[in-house]
Amino acid sequence: MKTTLGFALAFFLAFSGCQKKSQPNEIRFWAMGAEGEKVKLVIPEFEKENPGVTVSVQMIPWTAAHEKLVTAVASGTEPDLTQLGNTWIPEFVALGALKNLDSLANQSESATQSKFFEGVWETNVLDKNLYGIPWYVDTRVMFYRKDVFKKAGYDHPPKTWDELRDLCEKIKKLPGNSKNYAIYLPANEWSHFVTFGLQAGSPILKDSDTRGAFSDPEFRRSFTYLMSFLYDSLAPPRFTEVTNVYQAIEQGFFSIYMSGPWNIPEFKKRLPEHLQSEWMTAPLPGPDNQYPGYSLAGGSSLVMFRNSKNPELTWKFVEFLSRKSTQLKFFTVSGDLPAVKEAWQDSVFLADPYLAAFRQQLDHVKSTPKIPEWEQIAFSRIQTFAELATARKLTIDQTLKQLDESVNIILEKRRWYLEKIGKVKP
Amino acid sequence: MSAIRSSTHWGSVFLFLGPALGAIGVFFFIPVIAAFFMSFTDFDIYSLGNWDFARFVGFANYQKLMENPVFWQALKNTFYFVLVGGPLSIAVSLMAAMMLNSPLTKLRSMFRVVYFLPVVTTLVAVAVIWRYIYHPKFGLLNYGLSFLDISPVDWLGDPFWAMPSLIIMAVWKNFGYNMIIFIAGLQNIPKDLYESAMLEGANPWQQFRYITLPMLAPTTVFITLMTIIGYFQFFAEPYVMTQGGPLNETLSIVLYMYQEGFRWWNMGFSAAIAFVLFIIIFIATAIQLRLQKEGSH
Repeated sequence: MKTTLGFALAFFLAFSGCQKKSQPNEIRFWAMGAEGEKVKLVIPEFEKENPGVTVSVQMIPWTAAHEKLVTAVASGTEPDLTQLGNTWIPEFVALGALKNLDSLANQSESATQSKFFEGVWETNVLDKNLYGIPWYVDTRVMFYRKDVFKKAGYDHPPKTWDELRDLCEKIKKLPGNSKNYAIYLPANEWSHFVTFGLQAGSPILKDSDTRGAFSDPEFRRSFTYLMSFLYDSLAPPRFTEVTNVYQAIEQGFFSIYMSGPWNIPEFKKRLPEHLQSEWMTAPLPGPDNQYPGYSLAGGSSLVMFRNSKNPELTWKFVEFLSRKSTQLKFFTVSGDLPAVKEAWQDSVFLADPYLAAFRQQLDHVKSTPKIPEWEQIAFSRIQTFAELATARKLTIDQTLKQLDESVNIILEKRRWYLEKIGKVKP
Repeated sequence: MSAIRSSTHWGSVFLFLGPALGAIGVFFFIPVIAAFFMSFTDFDIYSLGNWDFARFVGFANYQKLMENPVFWQALKNTFYFVLVGGPLSIAVSLMAAMMLNSPLTKLRSMFRVVYFLPVVTTLVAVAVIWRYIYHPKFGLLNYGLSFLDISPVDWLGDPFWAMPSLIIMAVWKNFGYNMIIFIAGLQNIPKDLYESAMLEGANPWQQFRYITLPMLAPTTVFITLMTIIGYFQFFAEPYVMTQGGPLNETLSIVLYMYQEGFRWWNMGFSAAIAFVLFIIIFIATAIQLRLQKEGSH
């Protein structure tokens, strides 16, 4: 009897839910991966400036973050503030979970538009409403082998698509390179295909982001250009052959790799001593005479939830994290690149040759389409079709046409949704 | 008698069964029924924010599924895995069990542990090792084959070889479990059957065919059933090894359902996949039970 009652009691307790009550002066902040740990090092300063206020950080692994955030919103247990990959913002806006930050940012000294990189700021603006403040930025540049470039007759990184192509052909023709390649364009990474599409002027999606624009001339041009590297053996056609990028670069399996800032410390650590002075970073080439060409405006933003119990205090913390000094300190502890432009004038950045390319690139970044379906389109469609084209199961024309068709099926719901909320006339 | 059937009796029945029934109801039946209804809507991320943005779509999800080549690919892959991997796994288990049951084998308990170890090892750790084994350039497997003058195969990257590679890994990982059950089954066969068979001059194959197999039938039925049901839910191997690639050649139904539901939040569509899988497993199990019943008559 006792156990039955005990069990029943436990059962009902589990259902009544033991929601943690937030303290009046507590800011509940969710941060992902390494950032969750590193941000704790800058918080004491904020707490010192604001006696009695505590910031409680909850660390969430990236792999579980998306699911946890959606469930938190669905069950009403979201925190005051969270870090959010900026491609995830549209989804949480669609969920109606995020607080509009326009009026706050307009009156702010530190967390305001003019302080941030334009392209990165844009990723937080949906339908002219601001939903996030950039925290750190992330974009891709070219990592390359200077010595190989020199052997191929290039004393500078390629500035145009034509130069890139010419350089790759020359690298391939170098003695001993018949089984090696020049550049790495893995078909299982959608980012290259989208980056070059954006460079060529493709909107990626059209008609208020309700239909694919993949068969249109701009995207077709970039896709044909990239595929030519794969078809002409300038890039390894099977990405599974490369499990260790650093080893591949060391062995000259390829000499150009497009990647993000996280690879700077990796290159320093993993490339052997004799190659340490032989690698460099450079902004991406552009299709015609514009240099640099666009790259992706990646990174994480700080977003406030509408249900936040402490909006004023939380905003104060966002402003604190957007200060030049905090951004710099956060960079030194985490290596994440500052979203605030002024921070880049610090000597740390001016002294680092590898970061110069990123600084230059960040003035030329573009956002991917800002819709909740974007990640699904990128990972499950663009990637799949790029693989099919790489394996030559489909021609380029077939690939782009079928890609459009299958993306349009995903976007059917969005067309209906926009019509229903009266944004788009059918 | 009537005293026992009084209301107090029923009260205590519910008191004792209530919590368990309640838990099953809340955590099993309600979600299943909800998922069933959800499979007739287009519930997704828009609807999660506001229920007005969910539409009742009738059988549209099921129809979309039938028209979707990815679904058929996933179905084909799952059947490939079940029909090749299932029997292979059972055969290997049986062979291992017979070897470990033979009095001629030395160090039997050690081998039993060794064969069982993969079952209790986490799949993620196993996957790391197998990815190295299958590595096209530095892998152990291709290294071994190089002595036979076989040129390197890109095991996980080649659309043809990816599935067989996963099957071999899955069989290696799982056969120990069934092996233990088979050993228990083998030990239950009375020794005098073999003794009299030997006196009659039966060779080892005849002993196996006419004594071991029939006597093991109940064990085999159980193992086959559990293996088939388990193998239909093929998920973890492609999830950690290939993410369904290359070219969706290792995408299974459950992985497809997981991606649609928990990665892209197309809950309605994902629920439809779940019910199609349920029906398939239901039919497969029914056919199997039927065949075995007929076989035993």
